Parts: sequence; C-alpha cells; structure tokens
Amino acid sequence: MSDIDLSAIRARLASASGPTFWRSLDEVAETPEFQQYLQREFPENAAEWSDPAGRRQFLKLMGASLALAGVTGCTRQPTEHIVPYVTPPEGYVPGKTQLFATSMPRDGYAEPVLAVSHHGRPIKIEPNPEHPAGGGTSRYAQASILGLYDPDRSQSLTYRGEIRSFTDYQAAMAGALVAQQAVGGAGFRILTGTITSPTLLSQIEAVLNIYPEARWIQYEPVGRDGVVEALAAAFGQRVEPVLSLENADVILSLDGDFMDCGPGEIRNARTFVDRRRLENGATTMNRLYMVESRTSNTGTKADHRLPVRAVDVDGVARAVAAKLGVAGVAAGPLPPKVTQAWIDAVAADLQAAGAKALVVAGDQQSAAVQVLAAAMNQALGAVGSTVNYFPSQAARVEGRTGALGELVGDMAAGKVDLLLVLDANPVYDTPVDLGFADQLQKVAVRVHAGLYADETAELCQWHVPLAHYLESWSDLRAADGTVSITQPLINPLYDTARSAHEVLAAFGDNPAATAFETLKGYWENAFGAGAFTAPDGAAFASFDKFWRRAVHDGFITGTAAAPVALGAPAAVPAAPTAPAADALEVTFSADASVHDGRFANNPWLQELPKPLNKVTWDNVIIMSPRTAEALGIAAQKMTKYQATVATVTLNGRSVTGPVWVQVGHPDQSVNLQLGYGRTRAGRVATGIGYNANLVRRSTAPFFALGAQVQATGDTYTIASTQMHFNMEQRAVVRTAALPVYKAEPTFAQHMTHVPKYEDTLHGNEWQYDGYKWGMIIDLNACDGCNACVVACVSENNIPVVGKQQVATGREMHWIRIDRYYEGDLDNPTVHDQPLTCMQCENAPCEVVCPVAATVHNQEGLNDMVYNRCVGTRYCANNCPYKVRRFNFLLYADWDTKALKMARNPEVTVRSRGVMEKCTYCVQRINSARITAKVEDRRIRDGEVRTACQSACPTQAIHFGDLNDPESRVARLRKEPRNYGLLEDLNTRPRTTYLAAVRNPNPVLSPEAAHVPAHGGGHAPATGAAGDGSGASGKAAESGAATH
Amino acid sequence: MLDHAKEEVPGARYLAPGHNFGSISDKIAGIITGRTPFSWFIGFLIGFSVLQLLLVSITYLLFKGTGIWGLNNPVGWGFAIINFVWWIGIGHAGTLISAILMLFRQHWRTSINRAAEAMTVFAVACAAIFPIFHTGRPWLAAYWLLPYPNTMALWPNFRSPLIWDVFAVSTYATVSIVFWYVGLIPDLATMRDRAKSPIAQRLYGLFALGWRGSALHWQRYETASLMLAGLSTPLVLSVHTVVSFDFAVSVIPGWHATIFPPYFVAGAIYAGFAMVLTLMIPMRAIYGLHDFITERHIDNMAKVTLATGLIVFYGYCMEAFFGWYSANQFEQFMITNRMNGPYAGYYWALIFCNGVVPQLLWSKKIRTSVLPLFGVCMAVNVGMWLERFVIVVTSLHRDYLPSSWGMYYPTVWDWSTFIGTMGLFLTLFYLFIRVLPMISIFEVRTLTPAAHAKGDGHHG
Repeated sequence: MSDIDLSAIRARLASASGPTFWRSLDEVAETPEFQQYLQREFPENAAEWSDPAGRRQFLKLMGASLALAGVTGCTRQPTEHIVPYVTPPEGYVPGKTQLFATSMPRDGYAEPVLAVSHHGRPIKIEPNPEHPAGGGTSRYAQASILGLYDPDRSQSLTYRGEIRSFTDYQAAMAGALVAQQAVGGAGFRILTGTITSPTLLSQIEAVLNIYPEARWIQYEPVGRDGVVEALAAAFGQRVEPVLSLENADVILSLDGDFMDCGPGEIRNARTFVDRRRLENGATTMNRLYMVESRTSNTGTKADHRLPVRAVDVDGVARAVAAKLGVAGVAAGPLPPKVTQAWIDAVAADLQAAGAKALVVAGDQQSAAVQVLAAAMNQALGAVGSTVNYFPSQAARVEGRTGALGELVGDMAAGKVDLLLVLDANPVYDTPVDLGFADQLQKVAVRVHAGLYADETAELCQWHVPLAHYLESWSDLRAADGTVSITQPLINPLYDTARSAHEVLAAFGDNPAATAFETLKGYWENAFGAGAFTAPDGAAFASFDKFWRRAVHDGFITGTAAAPVALGAPAAVPAAPTAPAADALEVTFSADASVHDGRFANNPWLQELPKPLNKVTWDNVIIMSPRTAEALGIAAQKMTKYQATVATVTLNGRSVTGPVWVQVGHPDQSVNLQLGYGRTRAGRVATGIGYNANLVRRSTAPFFALGAQVQATGDTYTIASTQMHFNMEQRAVVRTAALPVYKAEPTFAQHMTHVPKYEDTLHGNEWQYDGYKWGMIIDLNACDGCNACVVACVSENNIPVVGKQQVATGREMHWIRIDRYYEGDLDNPTVHDQPLTCMQCENAPCEVVCPVAATVHNQEGLNDMVYNRCVGTRYCANNCPYKVRRFNFLLYADWDTKALKMARNPEVTVRSRGVMEKCTYCVQRINSARITAKVEDRRIRDGEVRTACQSACPTQAIHFGDLNDPESRVARLRKEPRNYGLLEDLNTRPRTTYLAAVRNPNPVLSPEAAHVPAHGGGHAPATGAAGDGSGASGKAAESGAATH
Repeated sequence: MLDHAKEEVPGARYLAPGHNFGSISDKIAGIITGRTPFSWFIGFLIGFSVLQLLLVSITYLLFKGTGIWGLNNPVGWGFAIINFVWWIGIGHAGTLISAILMLFRQHWRTSINRAAEAMTVFAVACAAIFPIFHTGRPWLAAYWLLPYPNTMALWPNFRSPLIWDVFAVSTYATVSIVFWYVGLIPDLATMRDRAKSPIAQRLYGLFALGWRGSALHWQRYETASLMLAGLSTPLVLSVHTVVSFDFAVSVIPGWHATIFPPYFVAGAIYAGFAMVLTLMIPMRAIYGLHDFITERHIDNMAKVTLATGLIVFYGYCMEAFFGWYSANQFEQFMITNRMNGPYAGYYWALIFCNGVVPQLLWSKKIRTSVLPLFGVCMAVNVGMWLERFVIVVTSLHRDYLPSSWGMYYPTVWDWSTFIGTMGLFLTLFYLFIRVLPMISIFEVRTLTPAAHAKGDGHHG
C-alpha cells in the first residue's frame, strides 16, 4: 500500500458509485489512503493546511482533480455514520444532555462512570451509582474529559515518523509475523500494563495460542503486582484483598492509602466515611490507626497516625502481629520513635474488635507486610467480615506471562524480534537500572500503541494512536471482578486512532475485526456458556436483551468473583535485618495529580493543588522538618514561592528537584513522586518536574535505603496555592474528640458568637418563599481527594492559568480544599476544608459592587452577572472567604478548537476582566426547574446535585432546598455539629459545615477523653480545636514557613 | 495671627517691602513674557518623557489586562488604588488654601493659592486615571458607573462606595477647575494686555472673557469666588471622607474602621501641604519669588503640615489601640501583622516618615530653612504613599481565613504606571508655569499699601 499514486486514487474513485457525489467529496478526501497521499506526495504543501488562504487554493486544485475523476462515475461511499438525525432516537431532545454508562481504565481496573453527552460530545463525567464499585469519581475520571480533547494526543499512525494508514500497519504486522510463525513466535513479545479486560485477555490468549513461544509481559509502574505475588508466595493462591470497611470498627493501616490509591478506592472511601457520619444522634464511629511512610489523604483522616520510614513498617507490623498472637511471628526491635505502649494499645484495640477489626497493607509495602496483614486478619477473624480475598483480577496466562526484567534480558540477548507495547510507556516509567530504552533498540520491529506519541513511541518504528476510553468499546473488571462495559461516546477524534482490541487483532487470525465485533463476539460466547441474570434475578430472554442491559447499566450483574478461603500462610517472610536508624530512605509514590505520568499532559490535573502541600505544576522532594534541618536544607519560603533545590543520590544515580519540607512526614525519609520529568509528553508536561524513575531500581521500586541529599544552593519557584497552613487559633475548622462530642454535641456552635438577627441593623430574617438553596459540607467525611475540584473545573469551564499565574496567586478554582495543620511538627493533626462561595444571605460582595453585577436572587443565590461586571475587584476584596476569582488576563482558551468541545455549553466562558465564582451550579438548578415545571411539581430533594457533590466519593457535600423540611440538607442543618464559617460577621452563609469529630483511643490520648466544662462563653477556638496553641505556632514557623 | 490688628495694611507681612502694583505685575507676568530659563526645558523634557511611560503602560494595560500588575487573590487592589488615594489626597491642600483660608481671610494664601490650585487640578487628573484603568473592563467602567437612563432600566448600585466615589471625585474635579479658572480671569486679562504675540493676545483674551477690571466686574468676581469658596469648603472634608468609605464600609480588618474619615482628611491636607512645599521651594528659588513667597509663607505651611501630621500620627496610634482594645482576634492580628508581618518594613518606614520626621518641624529653624524643610516634605510625600500601601495591601493580604493569605509584589508595570502619572503631573505643571501666572497677580496686589488707599483716608 505504500506506493499509492494519483492514478490509483482516481481508479478507486472511479470504481465507486453513488448519487451523493458532492456531499461525499469530503469523505473521499478523508479516506486514509488519500490523506496519506496528500501528506506524502506534497510534503512541501503540508503547511498550507494551516494557512487558510493557501489551504483554500490547495483544496481548489485538489477538488478540481477529484471532480474530474468523479465524472467517470457516480459514487456512493459506504457510509457508517451520518451526523444529523433524520429520525432521532426515542426520547432524544436536542440541547438536553444524556448519560451513558461506561468505565474508565485505572491501572487496568475499572472505574465505573456515567459520561454526560451533549449533542454527541462527552462533556462531563458523573459517577455510576448503580455499579457495585461506584458512587463517586476520582479526580482522574473527572479530568479524563480534557484528556479526550487534548490537542497533543497522537493524531496519526506513523512508521519512523512518517504517516501511514492502518492498513499499512496491518500489512506490516502480517509481514513481521510470517517470520515468527516459523519459530513459533519465539521472538514475539507483548508488553502491556495490568489488564483486567476479559475480551482483551481472550484476544491475547488467542495470539499466544498461534505463537506458542511468544510471551506476554505485564508491567504497571504503580500496580498491585507486589500484593498478589506476596500473597501467592505465602498462601499459594493469586489473591488480592478487597476491603469491607462498612464492617470495620478498628482499622490498622500499614502504609495503605486505601481511600486514595488503587482499585476500590472510591468504594473504600465511602464505606470508611459511612462509619463516621454521626447523624441522627449516632455516637459511634470507626477508629483508624495509620502507620505511614508519607503524608497521604487517608492519613489525614486517621485518629492515630504514626509516621515511620517505609522500611520500618515491617517492624511495626511484626510487633502488632506478635502481640495478636499470629503464629510464627516474633516481635523484633521496634523502629525509632515507636513505643511499645502504642503497639500494645493498637493490638488491644484490634483484639477487642475481633472480627470487626481490619489490617490493611499498602500496595507498595514489602511482601512480609502483605503476608503479616493477611495473617493478622486471619488471627482476628476479620476475613469474611471486614476483608475478603478475591482472586486477582489482573489477567494472566499461566506459564506465558513474564516480568519486565525477563523481557529486558531477552531484548539484551537479541531474542526479541517483534515487540508490541500496548498502552504502556516503559521507556519513561521503568526503573532506571533495567536500561529499557537501550535494550529496546535491539528489537527489530518495535510497535507502540498509545494515546500519545510519547517517549516509547519515539524509540519504536511503528506508533499506532490508541482511541481514548470515551471513543472505544472495551470491558474491564473492578477489584471484586465485576465486569464493566466501556462504550464509546463519540467517534475517535482522529481517524487513525484504534482501540487496543483492534491493534491486537492485527496479530490474530482476524486482523480486520473491529473492537465492537470482538467485544460483542466475546460476550455472545460467554452468554451462551454462562447463566447470566438481570439484577432482579430474572433470566435474560436473549443475548440481545442481555447485551442491551449490560451496555445500559455499564456492568454485568453476577460477574463478581467469589472470595476464596485462605489457609494458614506457608511462612511469613523472615524479618529483614533491622534497618539502621540513621539511614536515609527514599520512597517513591505515584503523584497525587498525574499518577505515574500517564495523566501528565492534562492541565486540569497539573493545576490541581496536590492534597497535602497544595503544590501545582511540579513534583517536589518531600522531607520532614527534622530531616531538612539535619541535612541543612532550608524550608520553602512560601511568601516568595521559593523552594531550595536539592539533589537526591541513590546508588550513584541522582535527581535534582525542589525540596518541600512537609510536617508529619517521617524523619530520615525522602519522598519522590513519579510522573514528572517527561521528555515527550506534549505541550503541557514536557520538561516540568524531575523524573524519579531515574533513581528507582527494579529490585526496590518503592523504597530504598542509603540515599544522600545535598542542597545545590539554588532556589526554585514553586507554585503552591496555599501559603499558610496554620489556623492561627481561629475557629475555621472546628473539631473535637468523640468524648467531647458526646458530652457537648453542639461544641462547634459555641466557638464564636453569632449575632441574632434582631440584634443587627438588618432586623428580621428575610423570608424566601420558593426554594432556599443551601449546602452542607461534612468535615468528618472529606478526605481532601480533589475530585470535587476537577469536577467543578469540568462543569463550569474554569480556565487553566499556568504555573506562573498560580505563583502570582491567581488560580481560578471555584472550590478549593483548605488544609490546616494542628499540633506538633512531627505528627500534626491535618484538617481538610472544602470551600466554595458561601452564598451569604448578607453578602459583603453585593453591597460594594458599583454596577450591581453581583446580586441576590429570590432563592438566596448570590448571582454573578458576567456581562455587567466591569472588574473593580471590590467584591473579591470584601469577601471574607476569598472565594471570588478574577480573570486578570485572558485565561480562557478561545483558540484551540479541540478544547472548545470539552466545554459545558450551559456555562458562559468568561473573558478577561470579569469576576467569577461558584454559582451552586445554577445551570443544574435551572435544568431541574424546567423538568419540574413541565411536570408541574416542585424540584425534588436530590434532583439537583452540584458537580462537586456528585463527584465526591465520600458524600461530604450535600445540597438541597432548606425550605423543604424533609430534604437531607435541611435535616443536616439541625445536626448539632452544624456551624457557619465566620458567621460572627453576620454574613449568614448558605453553606455551612458539620464539625469534624475524631475518635482517639483513650489509652493513647487520655487528654482527648477530657471534656472541658462548658462555660457558655464564646471565646474563639476553645476546646480541642484550639489545643496546643504553642505547638500550632511552631507549625507555622518552620512547617509552613510563612514568616 | 496675633499681630494682625497692628498691621496698617492687612497681610502686608506676606509681601516684601517696596512693591507696588507695577512691580508685582512686571515680576510675575515677566516670568511668562520674558526668556524661559533653561531649567524649564530640562524639567519639561523630563516630565514629558516620563509621561510617555504612562502612555506605554496604559496601552499595554489595555492590550493585556490588569494581570500585568502584581494583583492577585487576595490582594485585588494594589498600586492603582494606592496611587489614586495618594494623588487625590495631594489635591486637598490646594482646595484648603483657596477655599477655607479664603473664608478665614488668611492673607498669606494670596501668593500660593494659584499654584496650589493648579496642583489640585493636576493631581485630580492623575488620580482619575487609576479608578478607570484599574478595572478589568475600563471601556465599560468609564460609563457604567454613571447613572444614565438606559433601555435596560439598569442603574448603578447606589449602596457601593465606589459610586459615591464617582460623585465625590467628579464634583471635586469640576469645582476645583471652575474655582481655579474663575480665579485666573483677572490675571488672564493682565496677560492679554501684556502679551506681545497676536496669538497669545487672542488666546488670553478669549479666556479672559472680556475682563476690563470695572468695579462691576470686581464686585461680581468677589461674589463668585466667595460662593465657590463656600462650595469647595465642604468638599475638602467630603472627598477624602468618601474615599475613606471605600475602605471603611468593607468588612476587612484594617479597613473596617470608624476613624477613617477624619484620619483620611487630615492625611490628605498633610500630604497636600507637603506637596505644595515640595513644589514651591524649588519654584521660588528658580524664579526668584522670594518677595512673594516669603519665609512667613513657608513657616505657615510647615506649621499646617506639622499640625495635620500630628492628627495623622494620632490616627496611627488609635488604629493600633483599637486593634488591641477591640478584643477581636482578627483586628488584633491585623495590627500585629502590620508591625511584624512580611510588610513590617513598610509599616515602620511609614511611622518614621509620617510620625518621626515631621517632629523636626517643631523647630522654627527647620521650618524656615528650605533645604531641611524640603527633605521633611519629601519624607511626608513618601510616608503618605506608604500609608496607603499599608492600608490597602497589608489589610488584604492576610484577612480572615489563613488558607487564603497571599502576598503582593508590584511588577515593573505597577511602577511604570505610577511613575508615569508623575510625568503627567510634571508636564501639566511645567506647562502651567510657562503659560499662566503662577502667583495670583491681582491678589498679591491687595497686599500693597496702594490697594488700601481708601482705608488710609478713613484712618487719617
């Protein structure tokens, strides 16, 4: 196919037939062969495509030649898709959005979502509440909308950088496979990430069957392989734990960030928080002990947190296990700063909870910790109650699946002739010691399929653009095995993009199979073989009914695996020699915004403040204040947005990056985040941050001892959205220990004096007759995961401003999550507080606007009239919550066409010089109002869900009509924990908070059980929230380092 | 003035002896009709060059947006508002001199009121640039803040202090210009009569509105200027009161203070007198006006500066006291943050410039020696700018929620716009001294014995 000439195209056109010649001219021009012809025959004219005048001239010429060709016959192209509906689908209302169930691959596992389609364009991601693993979304799912429309996505299939067609690719693969057939595929390797898709597995199996000597290698940079391998070694079964936190009273997490990392995180977060809601007079809640080597979101919710180095987690686990009487485990020496009293108290608490206790091991922890956690769960009787061990959902073909090291060895030995890298980027994200990039080039035929022409694509001859998950058919499994269907919402934006199924099909016996055919074919077979039933238990009448149901729901009922019973572990791995207390450790973790780098080119995620330090657009070298002091490294100066630059050296290799001194981080440990330092990621991510993979070794991919850290003497601009992390004894986040809450449930309401209406100039409270919208944010539920922030960005067309603007203090997010530290520097309590516009009833912003561009509406919303705004910024100055955002420059992208498609058409795109802020998603309220009016009823409770509320995995945000006494938000308003932020200013915020309550173990914190006498005073921040004022002051000095 | 009654001619102390009508006219009008000193060209060139900086800055501002400045969230107002308040404040001395001192029959105002009023008009012109161009969409702000009938029945928000500002400042600008112009008419007639070139004669004649110096003219002139003085007098107090409402009406600690109106007015007069002295001292030296702007003038102005400076300093003390006495944690933090926070240097520089340095004016020696006095006035000019910086920036940058605290770093464009308005001011002022009598000829004449011949007859 590579020798196409004009006459061949003419011949092709001539041979086609059809009455719609002129309309199909474009279609003809867009056939892959023709495009390829244009690109290859007239490279000197390629520039004319971007020059409007030149393009017109060019098209005129080409049009003429096509017209001449077309004269010879009336052609009709086989048309698969027609855009305008002659007969629209039933129920389709133009302008109304539709929801389609699909699922997003997250490290291979399914994250169930509903995609919002507006006129055929996916514009928003919503959770799929019916899915067993659904109920909220991650920040990644929310940001995937922008990922779809990313103009930097790979747009053409290339061979050595030159554009080719998919048929060229298929032919080339067929050619390469001829040689492999002779040797049974001995030189053929497939490299993928974790795969859970049953269909893809069957395809890979089919390929491996054709080539019996071929091998399939799986590598996930931040995967769960370690968990499965460790448990397989000890229990003889490839299993992974699936948590049932709804049953857990006492939880010990051994470096496990179970609410924010790994499959099941959304369900885990919700079930964990469901046990802490304290509504309707409930006074019981679970208790979380967190032993962790970094500062995670889960750790911020802990009732007791123990920061230790990652290597020391083993010692803690062993000590607790020994105390719990796990057979074959002896307590070794305790790591530094860990007391036996702590171990005893935790063990006693776990023991008392029995089957209601749970021990979680972090996915990145050592094999010994995995086994110890499982053994402890067994000893506690927790298996089957708070945790189940499910067969690992990561697909593999027994005996044919290999590890990355093996592949690199084979490549080095010249054994690999044909390598397919399917949706992975090993050149960037593999540990440096493997030398993957060097060995890769010894492979004769290298094929890369991915969303981006990334670092790996650069070193492969063939690059096939992969279709985004919103563009393609597939299936995935959730952590418990439930199959989720991925369905396309839109045709691939770029013609040559193919799904992984189609890329792989080129190696099988039906190279032309489309993803849909393959998927449906697989399930048709499965339906024939299995007994599937609808959720209500009824059998399906036909495959068609089954299939429609599966696609509609987004998952297939009854596909969850059954938990397996574990016997006693064969052996608990022996205790390593106690690590030296003064050895400096390096830990590697996925970045909280860009994960392992696969989301790096997503500006929504880049600008997302990372949960603990609020840094955007960079990764940092995290260390504790004591470690920084010992190393002579100065803490970041946030008033100047400057951080010290340091070099981390591990085994002779080093990386250099800015240091972030993080309170609560374990001493003698340095955390590096993966995902940055990309060299070919796209316009957004290329060249920012440092690449932690450059010091990472395959033998110790997540933590290693023996690092050196040296300040380089330079400083670096770091864009953090929060400069000050000390609450300054202000009653901002109000918290109490459980005993205090029990004795004085309204503790939060006594921390400030709220003036009564009749005592103010305003006199009586204004009565809202119709709806009275209000929001409640449960501080006990928020774990600071950031999903709400991205959801808000996506829903409300919030622009990205870039690092420089963030470092000037001009980020545009309408909802932010404030982070405060309280207590001592080594291990402070961490508070999260999501903050949106409070929609004050006495809004300070409204009175001061000279042109009445921000006004109150009859339902109590503080409306922002963009068209009227002249931009005096007086409103923002006068807002005590500082939630207003100003378009200092032209932040909205008016030019990039692809990005226009990602926008929500219901929300104005703001221009320069205009103020903006949270609207309570007024477009959603109005949409519900129209529906309600059509049906002649009031808007029902729960019918309007704001974007942040909907995305929240822990259901921390509630929204509704305060005039409806039965609404959830009205009932929560009556909770004793309800308080208004800065209500003493008489702003009467419509958004109120439910104060946070922690549940410390009275044995470990006897002071928490102390209930202060309630004197009825309104001194600010009395009780637990204001405790340790001296310590908080210290936190400000070096922790936040703001002065 | 205790010795007022002893004088034969009221205010004669404020004019060097030996002058008559002719010598006064010759001296003052001669500055315009005579050879322009070389220093004028130098000064004008500097002012005009700096004015170009303003034009470039505003052009770039319109092209890019207010993001070229160091503003952010939480500090939504920066140099623009600081400069606006500073320039408006400076203008106050002119109005005070021409209106209040006129009503109080203070004769020493006669030789300084013209230049001071000119300063007022030019300062208001400089000030007016900021509130318009600091908005995000100045092309709309320029008229949406005005109450004009429109088809949408939309009016400005009369509750907003910014609307009050629009009225206060526009009234002030109008009255100041009218007052200044009316006061110029008799001198324009003098210039018409003395000008040599026909163009100048026609122009002066046009603006002199046919003034012939008849008794009727003088009678009407006196009535008009008395009325305008009466109109201007409340403006001296109201304009800066309203400007202070921009801050006092808000809820931000450091802004929300009842002391602001009097404290701002005193600050404005203080700044204005310092600026009058800053302009008069070199002007007097360059043009040899020692006969008209005597040591007594300088002394009196320095005394006013000292008195208002003490009021302002009292204001600073009260701010600190209220911060502590309020028992309100936000107020307390605000004042400690001013004193110890990241902008403490600005605060203490302000206290030094406005609180400490002016104490030198207790000494008559300093008040009457121009160089030290000029130094003190420069310190006050800087101090008053710092005062506005401290009020605007340190209040905003750390308010209620510590999570939102931020910093404000002015950019090169902040500075260029500010310095550019100085260029505008200098350009206008240099043009003024070149084409208009910088001292009121006819009013200085009233200090000569000849002006009181009739009175002599009665005494005799």
